[in-house]
Amino acid sequence: MLSDMTFGQYYPSESPVHRMDPRAKLLLLIVYIVAVFLAKNFYGLAVCLIFLLLAIAFSRVPVRSVLKSVKGIVILILFTFVLNVLFYTPKEGDVVLFWRVTVQGLVSASFFALRIIFLVMGSSVLTLTTTPVSLTDGLESLLAPLALIRFPVHDLALIMSIALRMIPTLAEETDRIIRAQKARGADFESGNLVSRAKALVPVLVPLLVSAFRRANELGDAMDARCYAGSSKRTKYKKLKFSYRDLLALLVTGALLAGVILCNVYAYLLPVLY
Amino acid sequence: MRIVADGLTFTYNRKTKFAKKALDDVTLTIREGSFFGIIGHTGSGKSTFIQHLNGLIPVESGTLTVGDLDLSKGKKTDKKGLRALRAKIGMVFQYPEYQLFATTVYEDVAFGYHNFFPEKSKEEERAAVFAALRTVGLDDSVADKSPFDLSGGQKRRVAIAGVLVSDPEVLVLDEPVAGLDPAGKNELMALLHRIHDGGKKTVVVVSHDMDDVAENCDALAVFSEGRVVMTGTPEEVFSRRKELEELRLDVPVTRKIADALAEKGLGNAFPLRSDDFVRKVAQLYRGKRV
Repeated sequence: MLSDMTFGQYYPSESPVHRMDPRAKLLLLIVYIVAVFLAKNFYGLAVCLIFLLLAIAFSRVPVRSVLKSVKGIVILILFTFVLNVLFYTPKEGDVVLFWRVTVQGLVSASFFALRIIFLVMGSSVLTLTTTPVSLTDGLESLLAPLALIRFPVHDLALIMSIALRMIPTLAEETDRIIRAQKARGADFESGNLVSRAKALVPVLVPLLVSAFRRANELGDAMDARCYAGSSKRTKYKKLKFSYRDLLALLVTGALLAGVILCNVYAYLLPVLY
Repeated sequence: MRIVADGLTFTYNRKTKFAKKALDDVTLTIREGSFFGIIGHTGSGKSTFIQHLNGLIPVESGTLTVGDLDLSKGKKTDKKGLRALRAKIGMVFQYPEYQLFATTVYEDVAFGYHNFFPEKSKEEERAAVFAALRTVGLDDSVADKSPFDLSGGQKRRVAIAGVLVSDPEVLVLDEPVAGLDPAGKNELMALLHRIHDGGKKTVVVVSHDMDDVAENCDALAVFSEGRVVMTGTPEEVFSRRKELEELRLDVPVTRKIADALAEKGLGNAFPLRSDDFVRKVAQLYRGKRV
């Protein structure tokens, strides 16, 4: 089924991470990403890994689900790895294995590959533990100050939540159309690239038509309820920033400090490569 | 084509948190030439079952034979065999008009023909397409129109023609009258009877409208939570009103009136089909009067 493809979707569970304020989670992710990028050596990355593993453990999401998100970008990771190995500028004393490939090149390419993997895994912990709706709420609340400069924060949040909401619906619809056309003898698996691309027309046209139909219906339904998206709207579910969120942010602050310490005092630590 | 399922079981999203058993030990025979009705609630496994019939869902456990083709697990059906099967088992999904895609009605109807019989000539294709359009009651002038310019009922007919074009021996339809007005509903049912033609073709209809199946089908299967809980003629199935109501399924309106009349001692053994029912009531009424 196509729905297997949508990785990083919400994993329903009861955990401290699920219950966290989405704003805290978003801030936390931003700090985590900064930390991963700041890390200059494997010690720094190790600190990030500890933090990541802690987050996964607290979220009670199976590690398998988190790793599934990495599976989607394996090609990207391999691609950057190979490029990094080939374009590594060798320094004096580097051990050449063959051609341009050095031990140090492999090590630094692994470093960059790990960085991408950590980024993706961290982000997927957020999407696995946060429903699209609360994610959008969090984003809207964080961006609220921008409304002062007439930035349409609410509209943007609405667009985002509708888009996120429609992904599984359209995936399901695609699945349905594919089955219907298969029943009419359509073949999506054989032939060269051109004939395969052509075979998609009977799927894409109905999908597009149905997306427009759904958009119209949703628009009408919103109109019928006098939805205007004004700033005067109140919320049924108010976001609450609790001590738990503060604690999580403090831990994240410690992560950032740890990474910076690893960078500054790198000369005190044994050289790994 | 006879369809025999034995112990058919299927689970969606197997081995995950979202696992859902859709079919549970389904044993069912659909006789060749019958007008077969499958009834049950949403999520009772009806749609999952019919998608097994043309190999859209591979058999996970249990056995299934369609005509002389064995679709059971382990029996390798190659691509050619699968295509031949799909040409013979026409499958009309719910709201089939949503799968129209071509720029003209002709092209859309020809899509299936071209897929199933790529070796046939243009003339043969034309003959098959126009025959299919006429069968569904559309005249030749619509062939050059865009399918998106047609009315809802016409679109559905075009979609059905797109399935009929390969001249299937079995026609399977998932909720074929959903969203149609009463006139459109009657027309579509009449069309299905024309295709069925007294048993020349097998028609399988998935529905949750009890009046529809009582009027039209000669055999029924009732699905509930992935299991087949009742099979038999409409008369047999709808005589078990209590059991059906326990499954929160309705009975046809003729059955309800018949029960109400019988309760008042105004006769018994009422027929299920509405025209027979009316005749019987008229007879009784005259009998009392005269």
